[in-house]
Amino acid sequence: MIDFTAMILAVGPELWLVAMALIGVLVGATLKDRFNNASIKFGALALFAAAAFSLMNYEGGEAFNGLVRTNMFVNFAKFVSYVLAGFALLASEGFLKRHGTIRYEYALLILLASFGMGMILSAADLMTLYMGVETLSLSSYVLAAFHRDSAKASEAGLKYFVLGALASGMLLYGASLVYGFSGSTEYVLIAAAEPSIGMMFGMVLMIVGLAFKVSAAPMHIWTPDVYEGAPTPVVAFFASAPKMASMVVFANVMFTMFGDVIDQWQLILCIIAGLSMIIGSLGALTQTNIKRLLGYSSIANMGYALVAVAAGRELGAGPLLVFMTLYVIASLGLFMGVLAMRRKGGMVEGINELGGLMRKRPVLAIALSILIFSMAGLPPFGGFFGKWEVLSAGVEAGLMPVVIILVLASVVSLGYYLRLIKIMWFDEPTEKFEAIDGSVTLTVLLAALIAGILFLFFINALSGWASTAAMGLTG
Amino acid sequence: MGGFPILSAMTFLPLAGALIIMIVRAATAGSREASSSDTEGRTALLAGLIISGATFIASLAAFAAFDASQSGYQLVEQYSWYRNISYKMGIDGLSITLILLTTFLIPICLLASWNSIHKRVTEYVVAFLVLETFIIGVFTAMDLVLFYIFFEAGLIPMFLIIGIWGGKDKIYAAFKFFLYTLIGSLLMLVAVVYMYQTAGGSDFEILEKYAFDPNVQTWLWLAFMASFAVKLPMWPVHTWLPDAHVQAPTAGSVLLAGILLKMGGYGFLRFSLPMFPDASQLFQPFMFALAVIAIVYTSLVAWRQTDMKKLIAYSSVAHMGFVTLGVFAFNEAGVQGAIFQMLSHGLISGALFLIVGVVYDRMHTREIAAYGGLVHRMPVYATFFMLFTMANVGLPGTSGFIGEILTMVGGFQASTWAAAGAALGVIFSAVYMLTLYRRTVFGQITNPELNSIKDMNMIEWICIAPLAFLTILFGVAPNLIFNITEGSALRILNLMAGG
Repeated sequence: MIDFTAMILAVGPELWLVAMALIGVLVGATLKDRFNNASIKFGALALFAAAAFSLMNYEGGEAFNGLVRTNMFVNFAKFVSYVLAGFALLASEGFLKRHGTIRYEYALLILLASFGMGMILSAADLMTLYMGVETLSLSSYVLAAFHRDSAKASEAGLKYFVLGALASGMLLYGASLVYGFSGSTEYVLIAAAEPSIGMMFGMVLMIVGLAFKVSAAPMHIWTPDVYEGAPTPVVAFFASAPKMASMVVFANVMFTMFGDVIDQWQLILCIIAGLSMIIGSLGALTQTNIKRLLGYSSIANMGYALVAVAAGRELGAGPLLVFMTLYVIASLGLFMGVLAMRRKGGMVEGINELGGLMRKRPVLAIALSILIFSMAGLPPFGGFFGKWEVLSAGVEAGLMPVVIILVLASVVSLGYYLRLIKIMWFDEPTEKFEAIDGSVTLTVLLAALIAGILFLFFINALSGWASTAAMGLTG
Repeated sequence: MGGFPILSAMTFLPLAGALIIMIVRAATAGSREASSSDTEGRTALLAGLIISGATFIASLAAFAAFDASQSGYQLVEQYSWYRNISYKMGIDGLSITLILLTTFLIPICLLASWNSIHKRVTEYVVAFLVLETFIIGVFTAMDLVLFYIFFEAGLIPMFLIIGIWGGKDKIYAAFKFFLYTLIGSLLMLVAVVYMYQTAGGSDFEILEKYAFDPNVQTWLWLAFMASFAVKLPMWPVHTWLPDAHVQAPTAGSVLLAGILLKMGGYGFLRFSLPMFPDASQLFQPFMFALAVIAIVYTSLVAWRQTDMKKLIAYSSVAHMGFVTLGVFAFNEAGVQGAIFQMLSHGLISGALFLIVGVVYDRMHTREIAAYGGLVHRMPVYATFFMLFTMANVGLPGTSGFIGEILTMVGGFQASTWAAAGAALGVIFSAVYMLTLYRRTVFGQITNPELNSIKDMNMIEWICIAPLAFLTILFGVAPNLIFNITEGSALRILNLMAGG
C-alpha cells in the first residue's frame, strides 16, 4: 500500500517538478516550436509553485521506505534553489531569443535539473543521492552545451561532462565503499555503523565527488572554463540554484552520515576550504573575462561556505544557510549584470565592457555595485552578515588558521571586486549600451534590494529561520 | 530610553537627504537636458549644504541634551537587532566632540567644493552625505558590531570620492587607501567575532566589564591595533595617506585629515585601553617607540616634500603621533591632550588643506616651487596661512599648542625619553612649516602667472574664517573642550585601572 500523503509531504515539490517536466515534453512534442516562447514562463511558474510547495510542507517527512527524508534544513535550501532557478529561467528569455536558440527543451532541462537538486536535497540514501546527482549533472551538461553551434559552448559542455563523469565515478566508488563497510545505503544506518578504515576511504572519495560538484579547490579546474564557454543565462543558473543545493547536500552528507566522525573530516574540509579561498581569490585577480572572474570568485566563496561546513553540525548548519542564501542571490544578480553588458552583435565579456555604466545607467550600476560589495562581504550590505555568520562558526569551532585565510582572501578578493567598481564608476563611457531585457533589470534590482539592503533589516529573521532549519537536521 | 531618538535622527539625516537627492535627480532625469548640468550641480550642492547644515544643528541639539558632568554614555537608544547584537547608540564626551567636528567640517567641505568640483556634482554630494552618516555612526555606535559596520562602510564612499574626483593617479591612490584600510579592519573583524562569542555580546558596556584573559588580550589588542594603526595612521603603515591626500579633491583631503584619521585615535581610546588594559600596558613602550618614530621621521620627510599637500599629509602623520603618545601615556593629561589634539588637528589640517586648495584652484599646481611672493598679491590669504602655519607648529595661543603640550606632559610622566623624542618633533614641525610658508608666501614673485592671482573670495572666506576662529578660541580657552571630555577621559582611565 503506497502512502501518498507521506510522499507528498516528503517530496511533493519534486513530484510536481517531474510531472511538469513530463507534461512539458508532451506539450512540446505536440506544439513543436510554438511552445518555445511559452515554455519559459511555464517552467518558471512550475518552479515558483515548487518553491511554494516546499514551504507548505516545511517540516518535511519520510517516504519510499527511507529512500528520501526531508526536514526544514533541506526544505529551506529547496525553497531558495527553486526561486532562484525560476528567476534564472525568466531572465534568459531575451538572451535566447537574440541568439535564436529559444527552444522549449531549455526550460524543460532547467526543470529536470531542479528536480535533480530536489532529489539530492531529499536524499536519505546513497542510491537516491547518486540518482539525484546524475539527474542534475546530465541536465547541466546539456545546458552548458545548449548553444550547439558555438564551439566554445560545446567545449564547455564536453569538458564539464568528462570531468563531471569522473567526479560522479569517485562519488559512486566512495558510496560503494561506504556501503560495503557499513552494510547499508541509508544515511542513518551508516551513521550508526562502526566507523572503519574502509568507510573513511569511502568518505574521502565522496568528499572529492561532492567538492567537484560545488567547485571547491582542488576539484575546481572545470569552473572557469565552463563558466566562460556556457551561455550566460545557463551560467547564471549554475552559479545560483545548483550551488545552493549542492553545498547544502555536501553539508547534509557530512552532518548526517558522518556527523560523529567529524574529527576525521574536519581537517580535510579545512584544507579544501583554505585552498579554494586562496586559489579562487588569487585566480580571479588577473581575469579580464567577467565570467571567468566570477567563476574564480565563486570558487573562493565556496571556500567560505566550506568553513561553515567544517565547523560541524551544531555550529555550522545555520550559518551555512545564511551565507549560501545571501551568496547565491548576489551571484545570480551579478550574472544578470553580465547580460547587461555591451554586446556588439555577439556576446562580449571583457570586463571593460561595463565601462562607464554609472554614467549611462545609474540605477543598474548602483544595484550591481551593491551586489559586488555584498558579495565581497563589506558592510553595510547583506553579504557582510553571511561572512559574519561563517566567521562566527569558524571562530567558535576553533578553526583559527582557516578563519585567518578567509579574512586575508577577502582582502585579496577586494582587489578584483574593486576593479569592477572602478570600471563602472570611474571610467568614462566610450560606447553606447544596448537595451536590456526587463526581466534582467528586474532580477538585478530585486537581488540587490534583497541581498544588499533588505537583509540588513531581516537578518534577524533569516538567521532565526536558518537556525530553526538547522535544528530540523539534528532532530 | 524613550523620548525622541536624537542620535539616530542625527546619524541618518544625511543618508535620508542623499536618498532624496538621488530620487529627485532620477525623477528630473527627463528634463535634465533642458537645464544645464551645472545648474543641476549647484542645486545639488545647495541641497547638500542644507542637509549637512541641518545635521550640524541636530548635533548641536544632541550636544545641548548632553550632560557633561556625567561620565557614562548618554542619550542611549537601544533596540535588539540580530542575535545578541543590538542597535545601540549613545554618546559620551569623547564622541560628542568628534561628532561636532564632523558635522561642522562637512558643510565646509561641500561649500569649499562650490567652485572646484564641476563634474558629476550630484553624485559628489550624495557620496559626502552618505559618508557623513557612516562617520557619525562610528562615533555614536555603542555596539561593537554596529561600530564595525559603520567603520568599514565608510570606506566605500571615500573610495569613490578619491577615485572619481581625484587627481592624476587617483585610481592607484583609491585602491591603496581601500586595501590598506581593509586588511586592518578585517583582522579586527576576527577579533570582534571572538570577543562577541567570548563575552556573549558586543555591547560596549558588556565588553568593558568583561575581563579578557591577558594572553588573549594580546592577540585582540594586536588585531585592533592593525586596524587603528592603519587608520590613524602610524608609521610604518602610513604610506597610503600621502597618496590618498595628494590625489583626493580638496574637500576629500579635509575630510580625510579632519575626521577619518580620528577614527584611529577614537578606536584606541574606546577599545584598546578600556577593553584590553593588560595588553595596552604591555605594548606601551612599543607604541611610544612607534609614536616617536612617526613624529621625528615623518617630520623629516615632510621637510623634503615639494608638493604642498604631501607636506601637510606627512605633517598629519607626525601630529597623529602625538595622539598615540597621549593615549598610551595612560594618564589624564595624556588622554585629555590626545582628544584635544585630535580636535585641534581636525581644524588645523582641514584649514591647511583648504588653504592649499585656494591656490590650487587658481594655479592648478601644488608644487611649492611654482609659488613664491604670494603675500604681494594675496595679503588676506597670507594672513590666514600664517595663522594656520603657526597653529600647526604649535604656537601658544592656538589650539595646536594645547594639544601638543598636554600630550607631551602626559608622555613625560610615563616616559621621559618618549616625551623628549616628541619634543624634537615640535622643532621639526617649525622647520618644515616655516620653510613651506617662506617659499610660497614670502620672497619675490618669480612665476609670472602669479601676477594676476586674486585674493580669497567670499566662499573661501566663509570656509576658512570659522576654522580660524575656533583654532584661536580653543587655543585661548581650552577648558571649553576639557570640560566636555574630562568625564569620559577619566572613565576610560578608570576602566583601564580595573574600576
